[in-house]
Amino acid sequence: MSAAPRTPSKSWTVKVREKGVEALPPERLLPDGQPTYVASWIYVFGVASIASLIVIIGSGCILALKGPAWWHYTGVGHFFNSIHMWSVELFFFAMVVHLWGKYWMAAWRGGRGRVWVTGAITFLIAVPAALTGYVSQQNFDAQWISTQAKDGLNSVGVGAFFNVTNFGQMYSWHILLLPIAVVALVSAHVLLVRRNGVVPPFEIDTKKAAIAAASPDGGGSPPPPSLTSTGAQS
Amino acid sequence: MSFLRPKDDTQPWKGRYQPYDLIKEASIAVGVITLLAVLLTVLFSSPDDKSSTISQWSHELPVNFATAAATELNGTSGTAGYGPPYNHNSQGTQAWILRPQKWLGVSHPINTADDFVIKPLETVSSDPALQRGVAEYKAAPEKQKQEWADAYAKPLEEYATAEEEKKTAPSTVSVDLSTGTVTVQASGAGPVPLMMTSLLSLAKSGGLEGGLVTSSQFFQTDYTKPLLFMADGGLLAERAEGQHLLGEQWGMMNETGSYPGQPWLWLYALWYQVEPFKSSENADILVMLVMGVLSLAFICIPFIPGINMLPRKIPIYRLIWKEHYRAQQNA
Repeated sequence: MSAAPRTPSKSWTVKVREKGVEALPPERLLPDGQPTYVASWIYVFGVASIASLIVIIGSGCILALKGPAWWHYTGVGHFFNSIHMWSVELFFFAMVVHLWGKYWMAAWRGGRGRVWVTGAITFLIAVPAALTGYVSQQNFDAQWISTQAKDGLNSVGVGAFFNVTNFGQMYSWHILLLPIAVVALVSAHVLLVRRNGVVPPFEIDTKKAAIAAASPDGGGSPPPPSLTSTGAQS
Repeated sequence: MSFLRPKDDTQPWKGRYQPYDLIKEASIAVGVITLLAVLLTVLFSSPDDKSSTISQWSHELPVNFATAAATELNGTSGTAGYGPPYNHNSQGTQAWILRPQKWLGVSHPINTADDFVIKPLETVSSDPALQRGVAEYKAAPEKQKQEWADAYAKPLEEYATAEEEKKTAPSTVSVDLSTGTVTVQASGAGPVPLMMTSLLSLAKSGGLEGGLVTSSQFFQTDYTKPLLFMADGGLLAERAEGQHLLGEQWGMMNETGSYPGQPWLWLYALWYQVEPFKSSENADILVMLVMGVLSLAFICIPFIPGINMLPRKIPIYRLIWKEHYRAQQNA
């Protein structure tokens, strides 16, 4: 029995795989080393945002499994609703601190503009994701918030296709459409960070830095092979 | 777009690397956030104030209900004169030549007289006198309908004004507190008093909610009509004021109780507290436009001259990377 013929190079699958591996080799996607300057509490807030998102989705899935009214009449349901709400508060808190931190680092430097843009859009999409949750609660908060929020949305014409007083529509947006958008944006954001690397510090003493970088031992060990590519760090 | 960017001499890092376990860090973060969320849940739970009902409204504030219903019938309520996306009775808000509310049109048509009063009353088929009254009203010319509805609404509006100004209420409106019925002495109102008394009874029985969500579908998830009807009355606003949810109380970012609500909407809520937005009848579109521009600017920060240079000028980065700079100095 002869070996299977090699997949022709015209294969879309091969092309996608080769492009993917070229852009993000496994060592870069899941690194086991990072630059020494990544040593500050501010870096915690990026991963804390993602961790909060995971808890939001987990608790949201449990609420979705039992239906939108479950949490009103059971203690367990209310418990998971509370976890859902607090994880949303933690998500926004972590994300805001993360964004401020990245602003003061000017983290868009070195060709990382798309990293900032995806992060900023994630924040902006997360706002209606949360709002649709508030108006899907089926309680007084939902009644009041929906009847107030409609005016702003109607004023710019959004209300014509996004009706905050329509529970069914808002629930669909909240548990499916907007979470998909947020997860897709966060995924793109993380992949861009992995591709471009964490932005290096501002150079404040270029001469010393150059000497340090040029030094075979004092300047540090060479970066892992997967992190030496400079193509994405223009 | 390079002309928008400051000189960028950021070089790829060629210095030291330290061991790092991404999966371990992410797992620990998920664990810590889960624990924090559970801790906050155990300590503070979450708010769940029961929703208001039209039945509750008509029981607790029968005159307010009758007044709102009268304005739905004579076309002077907030919803009746709202404009798109509910009706064509106004053009909605505008900013300069921008009228997106009008441009997008009426997508959720609501005729408050028909949808909030006439159609629900037509479901009460067991009351022949009422059905005769409704038929008489529907058959009348538009001018006559308006005169009847205005004649009924006028004493109620005077009553509401007197209550608001804390003056003696006019004797043309009386409430029987034991039965919760409202009597309006309105001459020239035709069948409207009969209709509105029946609407109040229907509301008290809990039947009006059903009448407002009824359509060709058995299953319903669209509460636009009952919500808009209730928002035209005073019960929701009364509860909201007690829960610091009104616009002037930064209500858009609050929720019931002392919970954090949506603090990320602080900037959106801020504009409603300051002039010229605060007193503008077009505040909603103006605030949305300002927020739209600011949101776009937020996305484009890397490309905005001046804003993208601030991090270099204000050396907060020295604090963030102090370990790195210290190590560099000691090298």
